[in-house]
Amino acid sequence: MAKVIVTDREGADHELNGQSGWSLMEIIREANLPIEAACGGCCACATCHVYVDAAWVDKLAAPESDESMMLDEAFQVQDNSRLSCQVKFTDALDGLKVTLAPEF
Amino acid sequence: MGEVGARLVIETDMVIIGAGPVGLFTVFEAGLLGLRCHLVDNLDKVGGQCAELYPEKPIYDIPAIPSCTGQELVDNLMRQAEPFGPQFHLGQQAEKLVRLEDGRFELTTSEGQVFRAPVVVVAAGAGSFVPRKLPLPGADAFEGTSLFYAVRRMETFRGRDLIVAGGGDSALDWALNLHPLAKSLTLVHRRDEFRAAPDSVQKMRELVASGAMKLVIGQITGLEGEGPMLSAVAIKDAAGEVVSLPANALLAFYGLKMELGPLASWGLGLERNLIKVETEAFETSEPGIFAIGDIITYPGKLKLILSGFHEAALMCQKAFKYCHPDEKLVFRYTTSSTDLHKKLGVA
Repeated sequence: MAKVIVTDREGADHELNGQSGWSLMEIIREANLPIEAACGGCCACATCHVYVDAAWVDKLAAPESDESMMLDEAFQVQDNSRLSCQVKFTDALDGLKVTLAPEF
Repeated sequence: MGEVGARLVIETDMVIIGAGPVGLFTVFEAGLLGLRCHLVDNLDKVGGQCAELYPEKPIYDIPAIPSCTGQELVDNLMRQAEPFGPQFHLGQQAEKLVRLEDGRFELTTSEGQVFRAPVVVVAAGAGSFVPRKLPLPGADAFEGTSLFYAVRRMETFRGRDLIVAGGGDSALDWALNLHPLAKSLTLVHRRDEFRAAPDSVQKMRELVASGAMKLVIGQITGLEGEGPMLSAVAIKDAAGEVVSLPANALLAFYGLKMELGPLASWGLGLERNLIKVETEAFETSEPGIFAIGDIITYPGKLKLILSGFHEAALMCQKAFKYCHPDEKLVFRYTTSSTDLHKKLGVA
């Protein structure tokens, strides 16, 4: 199965099974990593914020405008910031690396 | 009715904590049984997550309603509850809950409102919506004197060098309202695009063009000053450069988050921040305190609005017994019962 590498807020890496068709947020949540995802994945909050590894940023579909709008409510937003509920995982993303953004 | 201090004490059958969809439907189910409800919610409007997070997003899994938006669902639940005259106490958090000697509960809100009732229903979803705070070291020291997450009194900002952070309606509305009062006002936002209503954005742009307001595109990275007085705010601009912007007041709008709040310390049995209930009457570990909706856990629980509706109906059956220990409850249908028709105001 395709893999996703998630770095938690303590800096530890976790190798997760990436179910094709799931959102990145669902994959992270299913693995019980600490991701709040308060709205449940409808792009209505900013609590599934992740930083995408530089090598992967351009391989993801660009964010839609409602994702950018919600990112305005996140803190410490960077050019590689994404809301993980809006990133659909496919086998083509095998090896995708992301880091959980700080919680607040 | 009695009084505690200057506040009127409200005596009722049921106090519902949370005016989201499940709390609203509880009013209906309780109303059919003749029980009166008061509801407390920390938001300044009813509807909970439906109204705050996704008022315009469609919901497809409400039985017999193929599609409706979050706000439409709330509006319809309000109509359904209306015959039973629910009383809302918004913009306040349920803070303290104690059991009285007569077996009833006394609930006090953050605004000092006191309720006495034989039944308390926790329908608090994922908790209260509270403003998201700046996760910056030392920010606490400024809070309430020069760092704010809401406006309680506009006068607080008179004559001050004010920075308003955010790009939504709260940030824009307050920037527009406060700029005549403040000595200077700078709006700080991550991008030069705004989520706020186009009309507010246009007004803001006009003020910026005339020099009456300043707009800085960037993100807050630090606070300067001797707590509790802020002297400047560090802002990383679009080019990645950090600039220090003098200010003695900062009003930050980073949306709302949900937290369990005071009810976490009421001694109810919890499991992973959810309230444990039995599934016959959705009563908590404390007899007379019920919990329904997203805030509860039991084997097989699904966090769906429809599950909350079901839980509300069952819960009210037992709640009736606490309110009327000597009365027998007859189960009736709204289609056929003239008694229920009277309560619904359709007889």
